[in-house]
Amino acid sequence: MQPQDVDLSAPLGSTVLPNPLSTAAGCAGYGRELARFVPLDALGTVTTKTIMPYPRSGRATPRLAETPSGMLNSIGMPGSGIDAFVRQELPWLAERGARVLVSIAGERLEEFAALVERLNGQPGVAGIELNISCPNTADRGLFFASNPATSYDVVRAVRKVTDPELPVYAKLSPDVTSITEIAAACVQAGADGLSMINTALGMVVDLETMRPALADGTGGLSGPALRPIALRCVYQVHAAMLAERIPPVPILGMGGIRSGRDALEFTLAGASGVAVGTALFNDPGAPLRILDELRAELAARGFAKYTDAVGLAHRPL
Amino acid sequence: MANPLHLRAEVLRCVPDGAYHRLVLRAPGVPERARPGHFATLAVGGPDSAMLLRRAFSIHRADPEAGTIELVVAARGAGTRRLAAAEPGESLDLIAPLGTPFPLPDGPVSALLVAEGHHSAVLFGLAAEIQRRGGQVGFILGAASADRLLGVAQARELTRDVLVLTADGSAGMAGQVTDPLAQAVGAIEASVVYAGGPIPMLRAVGEIAAELEVRSHVAVEAAMACGVGICMTCVLPVVGEDGVSRFVRSCTDGPVFDGARVRWADIGTVPPDLEGAAAMGVS
Repeated sequence: MQPQDVDLSAPLGSTVLPNPLSTAAGCAGYGRELARFVPLDALGTVTTKTIMPYPRSGRATPRLAETPSGMLNSIGMPGSGIDAFVRQELPWLAERGARVLVSIAGERLEEFAALVERLNGQPGVAGIELNISCPNTADRGLFFASNPATSYDVVRAVRKVTDPELPVYAKLSPDVTSITEIAAACVQAGADGLSMINTALGMVVDLETMRPALADGTGGLSGPALRPIALRCVYQVHAAMLAERIPPVPILGMGGIRSGRDALEFTLAGASGVAVGTALFNDPGAPLRILDELRAELAARGFAKYTDAVGLAHRPL
Repeated sequence: MANPLHLRAEVLRCVPDGAYHRLVLRAPGVPERARPGHFATLAVGGPDSAMLLRRAFSIHRADPEAGTIELVVAARGAGTRRLAAAEPGESLDLIAPLGTPFPLPDGPVSALLVAEGHHSAVLFGLAAEIQRRGGQVGFILGAASADRLLGVAQARELTRDVLVLTADGSAGMAGQVTDPLAQAVGAIEASVVYAGGPIPMLRAVGEIAAELEVRSHVAVEAAMACGVGICMTCVLPVVGEDGVSRFVRSCTDGPVFDGARVRWADIGTVPPDLEGAAAMGVS
């Protein structure tokens, strides 16, 4: 098997993408800056940073702390809101042939639904990713994804009003007692796929100020340091699908992917797509490099098709 | 937005200069694109490095004929210490040029250039451009101590008007660069001040310039993860042309800002009148 002969096509819900690689939400802006380093139409999808109904400043600085093989961020989902996105960013992405997975978030169910209604039928939109790791103002500020019932409610509210052609993915947080329960609730509510995982909450203390290094105290850990946790989450949820405790849907795996080998690990654990996040900050050209490396890793193991490798880590001894 | 190149750059020289290192890289295509105020980022270590965030440096010199750029490395943590120890012949992962450069005057002006420590690195290409346009420059260079001054001799080659200050008095006068600022603006009849330094110093420069009713353009050095505009960590509150304050990125909108437009006192907070502050629950 030669690398160039490997079929990299991969699912996004029930649709098919030319390859499994995406950017991770919040790590590639709306694509304009990254396009200087990577042709956006060469990616399976471009996942936008999370779009909310209204302009949002994001949090105070410092928003960043480097950690061993990773970083903490407390950015706070800044953006100009859905109107500016639909007017200025989406047409630009569509013109470049990008398949856009639009990450959205609201603080109430109605906000999620209203966002989707603005995105239905817009050119370039390949799917919706629900960032349900933002605080739910109706539920004491807890994350929607912290509990199966609120996760179910968001996915159901969104799926009801989303163009049936568009896959809806729910992005899950690792900071829960049982990620399989949350995953099950999302799929039962109609999620066409699961994005796994969001950052895990962490902290760094600055020894000069003797205070937390981030203005907000805590921040989300991303990068290779998160990878074993992300792989564990993907593996557990895929196992629950194999055991028929969760209806099978594609998993978009993410958390510290930096190389083709990392992408293959996620695939073997059960992901049928992979997203690159923090690695973009180190190497904005990472997506194409990782695709090349993944192709070579698959070929070296005799895989003719990317999807043949999905979940193979679960096979019986 | 700058149109940067991403390449493996060969280290030609890495030589100490006081507390700093001057790092000269072969970077074909970069010097032609570089303008005063642009910066470069370097990755620390190879593809398995545990330090993922790129380190940012002003482009100190750009030589299109030699195809080289020079950066000044101030070793402050593990990553910059590693880069300061770069050996000739090794190659570094470089992205450059980045950022929005200094606005240049259309014709001859008198400009005061003010910097603290290694931050002066960003000012010398600018000084040459101002002089090429028939203008004149004066410098105020300061640092904590003599070994932390950068470019005093370079400045003296460009002009007689060079003031040097150190906090401990180990070189030049004892004091801060802002102490003689107002007087120096008057002495060379400066119509514009350009500055590089830490935030508190830039704030003071911006405020003094505003009081004197001269323009100020300041190059900030904010903590950033990517340098290319995608991580959203390096923001500052800045008043836009439309009068609306927003968080803007130091890496793409900056690193050069109009000193009168940065809301210095609000750095580290979400001021209630910032666009989108209401969504953060700030009011």
